[in-house]
Amino acid sequence: MRVLFCGPKLAACGIVLSTWGVVMLGLLGIFFITHSAGLIEDIPLQREDLYPDPNPPQRVYDLYNQVGYNCFIAAAIYVVLGALSCCQMRLNKKKEYLVQ
Amino acid sequence: MTPFSSVTRRKMCIRESGSEYDCISELGELGLVEFRDLNPSVSSFQRRFVSEIKRCEEMERILGYLLREIHKARIAVPEEDESPLAPPPRQVLEIMEQLQRLEMELSEVAKNKEKLQRNLLELTEYTHMLKITQTFIHSRSRHEALGPQYEEFPTMETDSAGGCTGMQRLGAKLGFISGLIQRVKVEAFERMLWRVCKGYTILSYAEVDESLTDLDTGEIGKSVVFLISFWGDQIGQKVQKICDCYHCHLYPHPENDEERADVLDSLRTRIQDLNNVLHRTEDYLRQVLQKASESAFSWVVQVKKMKAIYHILNLCSFDVTNKCLIAEVWCPISDLAKLRGALEEGSRKGDATVPSFVNRIPCTDTPPTLLRSNKFTSGFQSIVEAYGVGDYREVSPAPYTIITFPFLFAVMFGDLGHGIVMSLFALWMVLTEKKQNKKRSNNEIWTTFFNGRYIILMMGLFSVYTGLIYNDCFSKSLNIFGSGWSIKAMFTNQQWTNKTLQNNALLTMDPNVSGVFNGPYPFGIDPIWNMAVNRLSFLNSYKMKMSVIVGVIHMSFGVVLSVFNHLHFKQKFNVYLLFLPELLFLLCLFGYLVFMIFYKWLAFSARESNRAPSILIHFINMFIMQGKDITPLYPGQTGLQIFLLLVAMLSVPVLLLGKPLYLYWLYRGGKGLRRRRGYERVRRASEDNSITPSYDDDEEEGFDEVSNREPLPKQFDFADVCLHQAIHTIEFCLGCISNTASYLRLWALSLAHAQLSEVLWAMVMRLGFKITTKVGVVFLVPVFGLFATLTVSILLVMEGLSAFLHALRLHWVEFQNKFYHGTGVKFVPFDFSLLPSVFEQEGLL
Repeated sequence: MRVLFCGPKLAACGIVLSTWGVVMLGLLGIFFITHSAGLIEDIPLQREDLYPDPNPPQRVYDLYNQVGYNCFIAAAIYVVLGALSCCQMRLNKKKEYLVQ
Repeated sequence: MTPFSSVTRRKMCIRESGSEYDCISELGELGLVEFRDLNPSVSSFQRRFVSEIKRCEEMERILGYLLREIHKARIAVPEEDESPLAPPPRQVLEIMEQLQRLEMELSEVAKNKEKLQRNLLELTEYTHMLKITQTFIHSRSRHEALGPQYEEFPTMETDSAGGCTGMQRLGAKLGFISGLIQRVKVEAFERMLWRVCKGYTILSYAEVDESLTDLDTGEIGKSVVFLISFWGDQIGQKVQKICDCYHCHLYPHPENDEERADVLDSLRTRIQDLNNVLHRTEDYLRQVLQKASESAFSWVVQVKKMKAIYHILNLCSFDVTNKCLIAEVWCPISDLAKLRGALEEGSRKGDATVPSFVNRIPCTDTPPTLLRSNKFTSGFQSIVEAYGVGDYREVSPAPYTIITFPFLFAVMFGDLGHGIVMSLFALWMVLTEKKQNKKRSNNEIWTTFFNGRYIILMMGLFSVYTGLIYNDCFSKSLNIFGSGWSIKAMFTNQQWTNKTLQNNALLTMDPNVSGVFNGPYPFGIDPIWNMAVNRLSFLNSYKMKMSVIVGVIHMSFGVVLSVFNHLHFKQKFNVYLLFLPELLFLLCLFGYLVFMIFYKWLAFSARESNRAPSILIHFINMFIMQGKDITPLYPGQTGLQIFLLLVAMLSVPVLLLGKPLYLYWLYRGGKGLRRRRGYERVRRASEDNSITPSYDDDEEEGFDEVSNREPLPKQFDFADVCLHQAIHTIEFCLGCISNTASYLRLWALSLAHAQLSEVLWAMVMRLGFKITTKVGVVFLVPVFGLFATLTVSILLVMEGLSAFLHALRLHWVEFQNKFYHGTGVKFVPFDFSLLPSVFEQEGLL
């Protein structure tokens, strides 16, 4: 038996935010994994990563991959939050029917 | 929906008394016509049907009381989908009777219930008092056994006189007064007793556990049971007076334990009985309310319709000779057949011997404006009408606004991601519109957004398009087709080496080197600009020029629309004297500027880019006619510019003086330059006829109606027309310059939006990405939540409203002042569904 802890509006906000989060973070993850150049300023790049590098873009690519995986993990967490919000929404709907 | 407002004409309806109620009822259901007040000088108390309206208001009062009672009992009022029709007069009395009976019944039951509750309260208090004073007496009797001070008093003996327990002490009788008092007053009460009775009383009190409701004030509070024992009658009277003063509820104190037990028993049974009766009363009340609630909705609607009909009947005038009611209405010509049908139906229902009929009467007033719209166009219609309702038969900018308004909004908002979010929100509102319409929320802001759902949907879709053009999605560019710039080419052509990279923080790519620039990006701005430092210099130039181009096109379109107005109102001279000079002025100056912009874009490539001249300098030089020193853009430039400047300069006096002179000449009746006095009168008559032709789109023959906007005045005031035209000329010419500059807000707002978007990404989202620790990855989740919230609140809501407002201003001022008058009156038909309901507003229904 799950406990109801948020009202219908909060649950709806949660669903919207989670859907948006899953879609956007998923796409961002894919763009990071494919090393898109437009996102170069978003990776934690230091000067040491660039110059003393035997195999030039490898460190940069590694950083890209790391951030990409971070995005995917965050997207997974949003999937969980979305499922939680869905449950809360369904419980709220049931409660509405019972009261009426 | 045609761009022209529908024709409405004035009709005269003659109704026979007897069936007028039904005729108006039919008309109200259909919502076709607008009634005019034929008795404007009569006050509302002197009108014919004032007693019927009073009766309706009385019924509304009873209904209000009924609905409030139903609402208090928390019974839901079921609504019917179909509105009931207005009841015929004979049914009205029935409804009135029913309502009055209900009101009486309800008030009686309510009164009874109150009496019973008061009774119950008394009995409950008495019970509490008895129980608590029992403990006092017993504790006191315990003390009696222990303490010496009560030795002189023998145990309680019955005393036949007086009915209260008497104890003999120095000849004075011991009396008891018991009752209840409110908790808050107890201390004051005790003190008063002490001061007045000087120790001849003993007060014992204890609090009652249960909170009791004081029926007079409705408050729930604690009460205290007290027992006062006193010696002597005088003291007794004083105590009685004090108790009255403090609003105590006094109850008789029993003499001994058996009596107490008896009274308690009888009280218990009485309380039980009372509770039963109360329950049954409440059940009965609920039943009555339930039954009433079933028909409450239809009664409310019927009374509302009845009152509206009598109100309309008051507007009609009564023709005593023919014993019939005359009403004047405005009715759209296309709805005439429906109007006749409705009158026939009404006459049939009212069993009239002579049916009602409709006549057209000529009028000189301008009819109100009617524009038909559906749920999609009504949003755009309302934003046009917020500026001003169009004149009768004037071109309405609304159908063009459906496209231009979302487009101008999107130019200022252009972001793919934000556009998608906005479109999805609007799509949700559109898809659930039936459900939302039923809900009828009270939140004004939500209702405003909901009524504009189609506008928001269009705005969102257009923003997706402009977002693709600007290549901006949450401030990042999408590389769909592959960039046209290649950095590798700078290396292969030995322009840059690794050393160049290490020694320089910023480098410039040279498009003249082969292979660096491979042609423009197929659709939109090249994604490489997102990473360029001089991105804003490039985009600003592009966006400013685009704003001027869009502005000039929008304004020219406005000027062209005025042709339709001139032709429609048969003022052909306006086309030559107003439209042509205006268009020539606008196009010769600002159209030429647009031409120069396009020429510079096309004629100068990357190779000549360092020699490309500034268009602004050339434009300024055109006006001050000093173009000798700088190289021309194209051969023959000076000649063309002088020619265009001359045309623009010449069109100003034509605009200023053309129309007044022409009208003056017309007024003088001149066909030629010589005046022929002899035939003047006839010629003027024929001149009038040719200028004011009759309408032929009428379905009724025989009536010519003059409906030009400016009929030939009887007295021609030359100075007035001149002044009016001078103002128009100055407004137009100076306005051209200022309005063109005003369109630069398209650039300004899109720049602001892009920069805000970039700042939000850099300051919020980037923080989430820069985390390198293992656990820190979870930090991205709240960071994204914050990013989403700020995007919606700042970028979507605030920037969206801002762009909406500026696009609206561009339409209202820069576009509409070229052709739109907007001084008309809106056609408001008599329709039952448009009437407000007082009960709905109070939330009772």
